[in-house]
Amino acid sequence: MSRPSRSRLAAVLAEYGIIVAFVVEVIVFSAASEHFLTVANLANVTLQTSVLAIIAAGMTFVILTAGIDLSVGSLVAISGVVCALLLKVEGPVPAVIALGIAGGIAVGLLSGCVSGLVISRFSVTPFIATLAMMTIWRGAAYLLVGGRPVWGLPEAFDFLGSGRLLGVPFPTVVMFGVYAVAWFVLAHTPFGRYVYAVGGNPEAARLAGIRTFRVIVLVYVVSGVLAAVSGILLASRMSSGQPNAGLMFELEVIAAVVVGGTSLFGGRGGIVGTFFGAMLIGVLRNGLNLVGVGSYVQQVVLGFVILLAVMLDQVRKQS
Amino acid sequence: MSNVSKSYPGVTALEDVDFELVAGEVHCLVGENGAGKSTLVKLLGGAELPTRGRISIAGAQLTVREPVDSLRAGIGVIYQDFRLVPHLTVAENISLGLLPRRAGMPVIDWPATRERAERLLAMLGEDVPVDLHVAELSPAQQQMVEIARVLGHDVRIVAMDEPSATLTGRELANLFRVIRRLVARKVGVIYISHRLDEVDEIGDRVTVLRDGRKVGTFAASELDRSTLVRHMVGRELGAERSREARSAGGVMLRVEGLRREPVVRDVSFELRRGEVFCIAGLVGSGRTEVARLIFAADLKEGGRIELDGREIAPRGPREAIDLGIGLLTEDRNQQGLIMQLSVRDNILLSGLRVLTRRLAIDWRRADEIGWGFVDSLQIKTPGIHQKVMHLSGGNRQKVVLARWLFTKARLLLFDEPTKGIDVAIKGEIHGMLRDLADRGIGVVVISSDLPEVLAIGDRIGVMREGRMSAILDRRDATQQRVMELATASDSQTEART
Repeated sequence: MSRPSRSRLAAVLAEYGIIVAFVVEVIVFSAASEHFLTVANLANVTLQTSVLAIIAAGMTFVILTAGIDLSVGSLVAISGVVCALLLKVEGPVPAVIALGIAGGIAVGLLSGCVSGLVISRFSVTPFIATLAMMTIWRGAAYLLVGGRPVWGLPEAFDFLGSGRLLGVPFPTVVMFGVYAVAWFVLAHTPFGRYVYAVGGNPEAARLAGIRTFRVIVLVYVVSGVLAAVSGILLASRMSSGQPNAGLMFELEVIAAVVVGGTSLFGGRGGIVGTFFGAMLIGVLRNGLNLVGVGSYVQQVVLGFVILLAVMLDQVRKQS
Repeated sequence: MSNVSKSYPGVTALEDVDFELVAGEVHCLVGENGAGKSTLVKLLGGAELPTRGRISIAGAQLTVREPVDSLRAGIGVIYQDFRLVPHLTVAENISLGLLPRRAGMPVIDWPATRERAERLLAMLGEDVPVDLHVAELSPAQQQMVEIARVLGHDVRIVAMDEPSATLTGRELANLFRVIRRLVARKVGVIYISHRLDEVDEIGDRVTVLRDGRKVGTFAASELDRSTLVRHMVGRELGAERSREARSAGGVMLRVEGLRREPVVRDVSFELRRGEVFCIAGLVGSGRTEVARLIFAADLKEGGRIELDGREIAPRGPREAIDLGIGLLTEDRNQQGLIMQLSVRDNILLSGLRVLTRRLAIDWRRADEIGWGFVDSLQIKTPGIHQKVMHLSGGNRQKVVLARWLFTKARLLLFDEPTKGIDVAIKGEIHGMLRDLADRGIGVVVISSDLPEVLAIGDRIGVMREGRMSAILDRRDATQQRVMELATASDSQTEART
């Protein structure tokens, strides 16, 4: 029995509804503002969104296992601060920068391991475990620097956040790299398929011989490391380590993933959706700015977009 | 119900079905899986809305928009998956939605709630402690709570979807007693079951559905078994293939003193190459647990397991799988399969590492292997990318089997392999079990279906209260004997052994 092509089209639209929404959004803003559809502006939006989008890639792994990672915003701060502090060490500049980056990423790695272990070994719900990590890392960031930003970083470090590679802003390059790898991992490696399996039915996955414990730990490590990467890029862009960086990031990131069609119940969704989810939110901000809508209103609009996205997702699931 | 139809996107589940229930009768609804029995009951209960057709009670047309409309009209439905709230008490569950209030105050009247529950349970002749949480009850007790709940709504019709699926023999006898009480109160009962013995025993009339259409309604007394089966499947079934006892080879699996308190106390048995070993016993006797211990889904507290002469002690399912063991769980949907994933991905899940070349999965080979199993096991699916949630029970079972064939398992543990699977595919699965054993794969089958146990088992172990109370040769086994061993009290078996 071959299914009629009409329903296949509907299925494709449902699967990639976020792309359609994104295209519509771009068309609307193009009509509303002549400044929107310019190379400079689009490059700017992408750059502005890259930090958020990188974290969202990691969050996608976590949410696919039916988990959540609230610690990412605080991780942006602590990894940025740790990186900045290490950059103050005496020594040859390249070595110091490498040390700073390694230190920042190590914090993300450590945090992911701890969250993953607490969740999988002690059956703590992800919400609570990562809420605790969120509080710990934010406090630690303030403690490390006495609440004051760390200034005076080596000039060469600015490249990460403000430099360009073949004319493309470096954070944008990192973002595309992260998405390419994340897509490959989810679609083409056993680990990626295990993520879907564990999120879809953890008990069945375990009985199928998947070491669910490892999968859970790894997704939080991915999330933690990518949050740290974003933290370092942000520190570079601000030429400082800010202990209050990334406040409320976790919520925007979760919004991007959910708007992108990944189910909070796990097992359904993917990285392509998240990319467009993040971009949709970035473009919304940018477009509303261009047409002169203030940031308070933007906040309200964004809230409605999230609501709409989850409602559509439910409708789609039932049909 | 007249001319009732229900379509889902792409499927017509019911087509122009007329159904009539008389007060005080037990009307059985039979048919293979997918015949539309559950759909009919869902329409009646308002869980789903009919695409076309009318439902009327005592001549008055009924408009059902949601479940509460049916309940108000006097229709109570006991669904297959109970709809109780696990962490509320029995009393609260029974009065859920109409909890008694203290006069004039928005405060629950607890004594009245308890009393009401006790009164309704007493009408069933049941004695369930009303202060326990529902989660602490056995499935049979939960079912009684469901029945008591609908009775509280003054129902005139009670519909039960496969009520016997989780019941043991004694519990079933009790359910029948309750049904007779309902009938005596002039309640009409709709009874769905796969087990035709039950239809014989409790049914006044029988309506047969096939492929969403009604085949006919018959008086139960005028209908013999073979006619009924013919109506259900639409063709004659060959007589059960009689088999000779197989000459079995050497010992393949030896289990000695297996223990995990409190469910498994002391279990020993051997499986010889080429034979099918069945484990019978009541639900709760520890059968499922034995399979889970061998597969290391749970870890044993004591005892030895030898596979092909070597002691094994896997510390988790992954290690058990690497040793060549596969478990086909009773609850395929919750424990066997990942519904959102495709047929192919479910088959390959346990062996993806084998297909990985330089980090990436070789999807071309994966597709070939997927199609290979779909063809060889005759899995009915539009393709390997179909999500398993769209497959029928029997085909889902084949997908799980394919998984273990792909991992090249040498020992397969089947827990209720044909539960909820229709008659036609059942025979097919029995054939597969036999073939597997003939090919030298160890086959252990846990089953509550006694005719099945007798049909496929070369030897039959009977479990009772965590112990293997007897092992019978197929020559010595009868339904009567197995049932006696499974239900005997301790003193009786001691006298026999």
